[in-house]
Amino acid sequence: MSYRDWPKIVFFALLARPLVLFFIGLTVHHRERLPRHGPAIIVANHNSHLDTLVLMSLFSLRDLRRVRPVAAADYFLSSRVRAWFSRYVIGIVPIARGGAVEHAFDDCDAALRNGDILILFPEGTRGEPEKLGALKKGFYYLAAGHTHCRIVPAYMYGLGKSLPKGEALLVPFNIQVAIGETFVLPENATEATEQLERRLLDLASECHIPADHNM
Amino acid sequence: MTFQALAATHNSALFMAGIVVLLLTATLIHTVLQKIHPQKNFDDLRLRTRSWWIMIAVLFAALLGGRTIAIVFFALLSYLALKEFMSIIPTRQVDRRAVFWAYLAIPFQYYWVADAWYAMFIVFIPVFMFLVIPTRLVLTGETQGFIKATATIHLGLMIAVFSISHLAYLIALRESTNPAGGNIGLVLYVLFLTQFNDVAQYVWGKTLGRHKISPRVSPNKTWEGFLGGVATTTTLGVVFAGFLTPMTALEGAMAGLLIGVGGFFGDLAMSAIKRDLRIKDTSALIPGHGGILDRIDSLVFSAPLFFHFIGYLYY
Repeated sequence: MSYRDWPKIVFFALLARPLVLFFIGLTVHHRERLPRHGPAIIVANHNSHLDTLVLMSLFSLRDLRRVRPVAAADYFLSSRVRAWFSRYVIGIVPIARGGAVEHAFDDCDAALRNGDILILFPEGTRGEPEKLGALKKGFYYLAAGHTHCRIVPAYMYGLGKSLPKGEALLVPFNIQVAIGETFVLPENATEATEQLERRLLDLASECHIPADHNM
Repeated sequence: MTFQALAATHNSALFMAGIVVLLLTATLIHTVLQKIHPQKNFDDLRLRTRSWWIMIAVLFAALLGGRTIAIVFFALLSYLALKEFMSIIPTRQVDRRAVFWAYLAIPFQYYWVADAWYAMFIVFIPVFMFLVIPTRLVLTGETQGFIKATATIHLGLMIAVFSISHLAYLIALRESTNPAGGNIGLVLYVLFLTQFNDVAQYVWGKTLGRHKISPRVSPNKTWEGFLGGVATTTTLGVVFAGFLTPMTALEGAMAGLLIGVGGFFGDLAMSAIKRDLRIKDTSALIPGHGGILDRIDSLVFSAPLFFHFIGYLYY
């Protein structure tokens, strides 16, 4: 462990984990399915800025330095303070949105070769609260280039209520996270998104989700 | 006076030590059982006992930490319980703001406790929050689901905050009235009797239970378990009345009866809530037990009942 890991460890030990585990509250289904070593990609649904903190809080402080969320460079590197926080505290792998496709994953490839565990949100955006949006194909192209890379799906429920897109007020509701079994990459990208979507919805059914009043 | 205060702590401290011995015995029993029957699985029992150790350690540390720490502890307990409740009930996206106001009620309610402002403590949630929640919900402009949202959010406040804050108020009562056990003694009395009532009803039901008392809500509960449990709790109420509280033996019997019957219906009411929501546990926070609400379900009824009983008699 090098001194460069300390901002991340201190931030998670003193702030992120107490926030996620006590203030918000977390139930994990099948925690044992989490990868402990890279190269691996965790593919999860996306509802809130806090999604990343929740997924990262599942890992021990020792494993945490290997866990790196893939995040849009245009947003997370946009100001100097935000860039420092994103790079050195969270440890993001920046990705260029809307740029040249062939080099978009260069940093991700390097991280996977380095044995890191990437967190990827294939929806690409937080979207409507607690609704699974259309999955993009990027995760397929990224994973297809690494033969020994595990893909682990994860479904999160609750953060769309606690801190949905467009809301600044955090209202605590317990979160549930269901970790899936390793996802075996199919032949092509279209099949990959279809199968992953099904897997995520299956995981959603393992969480207890209160029925909507209006239904 | 100093001597009396010390003596008061003495009884409560002795009682706490007794609980620790009880837990040690439980730990010893399942360890020995595991040794004798290595092929049988006692994991569930071990998990439950381990969780009891943690709960007792946290509770005792809070109670021994003094008045302020104890009150803050019950406020945090209310927070976890309310969060659990808000997470298991169906809520609409527009309810977020009202739920936020419900959380805000916790520091206020416990401030009234710390301030020993009884009049405010007793009306704040039943009256003022009863007005605040629908007011905030009306401001969202959404009428579909309004009744359910108002009712469930307020029910959550009554269960998780109003009821539980009665335990904290026991600590804020006039100390000189109870030289035997001190204010901690009152809390220990109602907590222990309520939890032991659960155990006693379970044990009586397991050994003698034949006639189901409420098959649709809780199929494992029997008349034999209920009556045996209440009789046990009433007896314990007499035994510990003079040791921990200012009550006479007869008053202790009545308190035990109230706690036994109240605890039973508190448990049943929470079971009905869970059945309505089609869930088994309210969360997985306490390994082997379920959630906070699963653990405090009986207290939700027994705490205010005991509080008003002893309040009427002595305060």
